[in-house]
Amino acid sequence: MTDYGDRYLAGNQREQVSRFRARVMLVVPLAAVLFQVYVPRFWDVLGFLELPLLVTIYFALMRRSQIGGLFIGAFIGLAQDSLSIKQPLGMFGIVKTLVGYFAASVGLRIDVEHSVIRLVLTFFFYFFHQFLYWVLARGLLARQIPFDVQLTLLLGLLNAVVGVTLFHFLDKLREPA
Amino acid sequence: MGRPALAAAGFQPVLAMETLLNRYRNITVLLLVIFAQLVLIGLQMRNDRDVRMIRVWAVTAITPLARVLETVRGGASGFFGSYILMHDAREDNRRLETEVDRLKMENQFLKGEISTAEHAKALVAFQQRTQSRTIAARVIAAGAGASSKVVIVDRGASSGVEKGMAVVTPDGIVGKVIAAYPTASEVMLITDPEFAAGVVSQRSHVVGTLKGQGQSTCKVDYVPSEEKVQPGEMFYTSGDDRIFPKGFPAGVVRVVRPSNPYQEVLVEPTGLDRGLDAVLIVVEGVHQAIPEVPPANAPVYLGTPPPAAPGERAAQPAGPAGTDADKLVQKYKQIGAAENHKFGEGGPGAKPPDFNIKVPPPGAANPPDGPLPAKPQDTTKPDGTAKTGVAVSPRRPVAAPPAVAAPSPDAPPATPQPQDQ
Repeated sequence: MTDYGDRYLAGNQREQVSRFRARVMLVVPLAAVLFQVYVPRFWDVLGFLELPLLVTIYFALMRRSQIGGLFIGAFIGLAQDSLSIKQPLGMFGIVKTLVGYFAASVGLRIDVEHSVIRLVLTFFFYFFHQFLYWVLARGLLARQIPFDVQLTLLLGLLNAVVGVTLFHFLDKLREPA
Repeated sequence: MGRPALAAAGFQPVLAMETLLNRYRNITVLLLVIFAQLVLIGLQMRNDRDVRMIRVWAVTAITPLARVLETVRGGASGFFGSYILMHDAREDNRRLETEVDRLKMENQFLKGEISTAEHAKALVAFQQRTQSRTIAARVIAAGAGASSKVVIVDRGASSGVEKGMAVVTPDGIVGKVIAAYPTASEVMLITDPEFAAGVVSQRSHVVGTLKGQGQSTCKVDYVPSEEKVQPGEMFYTSGDDRIFPKGFPAGVVRVVRPSNPYQEVLVEPTGLDRGLDAVLIVVEGVHQAIPEVPPANAPVYLGTPPPAAPGERAAQPAGPAGTDADKLVQKYKQIGAAENHKFGEGGPGAKPPDFNIKVPPPGAANPPDGPLPAKPQDTTKPDGTAKTGVAVSPRRPVAAPPAVAAPSPDAPPATPQPQDQ
């Protein structure tokens, strides 16, 4: 990228960075993790939702900081790991760290305020998340986990739809510029 | 400390690292966070064999690299090792080839020395034994002609050598002096076509003339066809030519072809059997009797003994074998017989026979009825020389002594005959 492009991106980044209160950055991810852990125990139909991932994508896209995005993903992933059964600490952490990093990288370059873009990005990162988790589970833990592409694509679409809605709601929690 | 201060202090590598980290800060942080979580997973998880995953990953990650490194190291080490080994082997091969060449030359030299020493010993013994007065001479040159049968010896007129003197060795006649110079003499060999000498056969006393043919064999002319000459019979000088004293071996009959009026008799000269290195020039010849038997018991020439004649005592069987190993076996057998011990019997721990007892020497258990001549085997040393200091021809088979009493090696072979010259 040229120097002009870097300066343009830096200026654009400063203008479009969304800021959140600290308690929002803390409570929302924890709520998402708790939802992911407890709600499916009572309503199985909501088990397809990957709220911690959606929250990670949202904050990474909106913060437009790669380091910030990867730390958000690591924090949410480790929290999800800590509450998961028979799940070593770090599996979701690694996957969501990468998702946060790449989401922030994307957020630096494109306008992520548009709903369609959010839908596409959420769908893509959901598939990337599931695929990466499957790869890590096979590679690191030698677990033979099935990977249904069609089901994953369908769930990705559902999560993207839910994510666009969630992102709209979370936009309300941003601090005014 | 600021950047200028660090640069001034010579910390350029630190500054370069800082610049690198600033430039790739995001990806560096990402890798660190992922690595930390990988370590976390590895510390928690164990595989089905209860080994921590971090150890499995570490070993799995390190093993290919270690294998590659070991392959490279082994290949390099093997290459250099083989190179050094080959280099050393080449050096060793070159050194050993040089050593072999040197040893071959040394061996040839020593063989020559031994042969010379044997000849010298034989000449000395023959000189002491024969009644003729002789002087020893060394062959120093051969004739220049391609078919020349002439040699030059290092004794000449100053030593008393004159033209026409006989030249002999302990094995037989060699030739005659055809020219005497002050310090050397020219000797015509027995194989020269112009050579002639009177000879007489050993058994039937057939008289003939020995002539050279320019070959390795000579012929005996003027042997009447009715005379009986057999291959293997010895011819001795007859003394008729007034050159060679009577009684010196001339040759062995190899071929007899009947013809008229004279037989064709081919003789192999015995004087040239062991080559020409040293000879004796007969300066004052004394006729001697022709021995009844071939010089089998002579200290130098040990030929095959003749068959025992009726009425004579049969030749004694060969005594104890001549080698040290055979003598040792014979001795142990006698020890076993003396102690009633059978070798090969008795288990481990059984009392062995006493090998230190005195037993009669092999061959003494059954002494012969009468006095026996000295056995050639007993007079022979392992190196081929006789105990009496006389060399024994290694090319001649060492046979049992003949039935008749043979003269002692130190004694003359026969009673000297008066000189008729």
